[in-house]
Amino acid sequence: MKDTLNRVLVRLRDPRVVNGIGLGLLALVGVWLVVNFIKGPQEFVNVALDGLTRGSIYGVVALGYTLVYGILQLINFAHGDVFSLSGLVASTMLLTVLGLTGDSSNLAVVGGIIVTLAVTIPLFAVVNATIERVAYRPLRHAPRLTPLITAVGMSFIVSNISLALYGVDYESGSDLIPQGAAFTIGDIIVTWKLVVALAIIVPALFVLSWFVGYTRQGKAMRAVAQDTEASAMMGINVNRTISVTFLIAGALAAVAGLVFLLEYNIRYDTGFELGLIAFTAAVLGGIGNLAGAVVGALVIGFVQSFNEGLTWHAPGGDWTRSIVFGILIAVLVFRPEGILGEQTPEGA
Amino acid sequence: MTSLASRAQALRSNTNAWLVPLVILLGLLYPFLEDGLSTLPLIGDFMPTTGTVVVMIAFTMMAVGLNIVVGYCGLLDLGYVAFYAVGAYTAGWFASQHFEQVTFHLGSSVDNDKVGIHLTMWLVLILAGLLTMLSGIVIGLPTLRLRGDYLAIVTLGFGEIIPQVVRNGDSFGGFNLTNGTFGIAPIDPVGFPVLSAIGLPDNFQTSDNRERWYYLIAFLLLLFTIFCSVRLRDSRLGRAWIAIREDETAAAAMGVPLMRTKTWAYALGAFFGGVAGAYYASFKSGAFPADFYFNISVFLLCMVILGGMGSIWGVTVGGMILAYLNFSGLSTIGTKIQDAGLNFDPTKYQFGIYGIIIVLMMLFRPAGLIPERRHRIELEEGVHDTPFYDVQTEGALTDRDRSND
Repeated sequence: MKDTLNRVLVRLRDPRVVNGIGLGLLALVGVWLVVNFIKGPQEFVNVALDGLTRGSIYGVVALGYTLVYGILQLINFAHGDVFSLSGLVASTMLLTVLGLTGDSSNLAVVGGIIVTLAVTIPLFAVVNATIERVAYRPLRHAPRLTPLITAVGMSFIVSNISLALYGVDYESGSDLIPQGAAFTIGDIIVTWKLVVALAIIVPALFVLSWFVGYTRQGKAMRAVAQDTEASAMMGINVNRTISVTFLIAGALAAVAGLVFLLEYNIRYDTGFELGLIAFTAAVLGGIGNLAGAVVGALVIGFVQSFNEGLTWHAPGGDWTRSIVFGILIAVLVFRPEGILGEQTPEGA
Repeated sequence: MTSLASRAQALRSNTNAWLVPLVILLGLLYPFLEDGLSTLPLIGDFMPTTGTVVVMIAFTMMAVGLNIVVGYCGLLDLGYVAFYAVGAYTAGWFASQHFEQVTFHLGSSVDNDKVGIHLTMWLVLILAGLLTMLSGIVIGLPTLRLRGDYLAIVTLGFGEIIPQVVRNGDSFGGFNLTNGTFGIAPIDPVGFPVLSAIGLPDNFQTSDNRERWYYLIAFLLLLFTIFCSVRLRDSRLGRAWIAIREDETAAAAMGVPLMRTKTWAYALGAFFGGVAGAYYASFKSGAFPADFYFNISVFLLCMVILGGMGSIWGVTVGGMILAYLNFSGLSTIGTKIQDAGLNFDPTKYQFGIYGIIIVLMMLFRPAGLIPERRHRIELEEGVHDTPFYDVQTEGALTDRDRSND
C-alpha cells in the first residue's frame, strides 16, 4: 500500500507527467474556445475585444509588479492599492476640480485627461517611491519574508487611506467616454472604451520600453535586476535605481488608475483584487519579464472576459476569482518560469 | 561552562515558572470575575464579556496554529482563512440539519427527531481537525516545493478560492454542498449528553450558563493547543522545522526531508485552525461564507507578528490583544472618542491599524513583543558566523573571541 503510494507520488513528480497534465489542461481549454467560436463567431470576437480592454489595464498594473519584483524580488502588495488610490484622486481631478460631466465637449475631456495625468503621474510616482523609502529600504538586508510581510501591511495602510479620503462609495468616470461603438467592422463592434484605453495605454508602454531600453537609468535598472552586487561594483547607484523603479511603477499605477476609472468604477478596495489579478498576470508571463507581464495580462483579460461573456459551458462571473487563482496555481505548478520567463531557482 | 552548554541551558530554562499556572488560574476564573471587573471605574467599560472572550480564544487558537506554519517552519501562509472555513463547514456538515436527505444521530445534544447528520460536537471537532489537515496536505503537496514569496501568493490564492467555492457551492451538479451565500445554520451546540446525569449540561446553548460553559471548553482547547505547540516545537519534527526556517539548503544537506517536513507543518498548523473554526461555528451556531475573507488571514498573521514569530506565549498574548481590539476594544474606544465629541470611528479603520502594527513591528521590533527564546539569544549574543579570518583586512584576526567556543 505504502509502496504503491510512493510510486504514484514519484511518478507524479516526473516532469513528463507534469507536462502531460499541463498540456492536457491547455488542450481542454482550447477545445472549449473552439466550440464557443464555432457556435457564435461574432459574439466570440466581441467578447475577445472586451478582454483586450481589460487585459491592457491589467498589463499596466502587472508591469508595476514585475518591475519591482525584477529588481527587489519583492511582491509589492501595496501596488494595487496605490493604483486604486490614484484612480480615486483622478476622479477628484476630473469630476470635481475640472468639473467635467457627460455633457462636456470631447476636446475638454481629452484636455482634462491630459491635465489629470500630468498631476497624478508625478504624484503617485512620488507616493510609490516614498513607500519604498519608508517601508522597504530599511529592510533591504532583512530576511526575505520581512519586506513581504511589510508589503502586506502597507497594502492595508494605503487602502485605508483611500477609505478615509473617499469612503466606501464607487467613483466612476465612464460618463465622460461616449457609449457604444466607435466603428464597426462587419458585425464586430469596436467600442470607444477600447479605443480610449488603447489610446492612453499604448503610448505609455512605448515610453516605458524606450526608457528601460535606451536611457542610462533604464540600463542601470536592468543591470541591477540582473545582479545587484555586480552592478554596485560597476558604479551604479543601487538605491537610486530602486527608487527610480518605484517611481516608474507608481507612474504606471497612475495611468492604469485613470483608465480604469474611465472604463469601470473604482473604490478603495478595488486595487486589492485587481492587484492580485495583475500579479497573477505577471507570474503567468514570467515574473521580472516586461513583455511577459503584458502578454500574461492579455491572457488573463481574455480568460476573464471569455469566462464571463461566452455562453457555452462558461462558469460565469461567480467563478472568475477561482479561475484566475487556479491559473496562478497551475502556472506555478506546471511552468513556474511563466510563458516568456527563464528558469528560476524559485521554480525548481 | 562552555558557551554552547550555557546556551543550551538558556534555551531550556524557564525563569517564570510561576507565571504560567497563575495565568491559567486567572483565565479559568475570568467568567466569575467578569461581573465584578466590569463595574470597576475607568477600566470597567473595557472589560470584554465572556462571550467575546470565547471568540478571542477561538482566533488566538488559529493564530497559534498559524504560528506552526509561519513561526516554526518559516512558510508564509496568507490563506489560513481557508482552514478556518474548512473547519467551520465540517461542523456544518456533521452537526446540523444541512443534509436533510439523511437522519443520523450519534451522541448529539439535539433532539433525535431532527433530520440531517448530528454527530456529537466532540467527534466533530476531531473530524474538523482531520479534514482540515487533509486539506492542508492537498494544498501543500503541489505548492510546498515553491519557495518563500511564491508560496505566499499561492496560499493567498487558495485562501481566495475556497471562500468562493463555499459561496458558489449550493449546486455542484445539483448537489447542495454549502448552501451558498446563506451559509449553514443552525449548527449544533456543544454539550455532554451522556454525562448529564451527573449535573453537567447536555446542551450548552440551552443551559443557564451558555457563555461560561463555552468559555471553559474554549479555554481548555486553547491550553491543549498551546501544549501541543510546545511539545511539537521541542520534538524532532519541530527542530527540523526550525532548521528549515533558518536555512533550507543547510537543512536539506543535513538530511531533513524538506517536502515531508513542510507538509507536516502545514497539516498540523491547519489542524488547530480547523478545530478552532468548528468550535467557533458551534458557538455562534452557523457557518457563513461572508466570514472567510483575506482580511482574516492578515489579521491572524498580524497576531503572530505582533507576538513574535515562533514564540508561543508571544503569539498567545498578541492574539488575545488583537482579538480583543477587534471584537470589543476598538468599538469601546470608538464610543469613548465619540463621547468626547470627536467624530472618528476606529472600527472602520481596523485593518489600517493592523497594517500599521505590521509595518511598525517589522521595522522596529521584528522579533515581536515576546521574542522566541532562540531568537532573543541570537539577538543578544549574536550568531557565531563571523569568520575567524577577515579577508578584507588581511592578516588581522576578527573580533571574534576564540576562547568562547
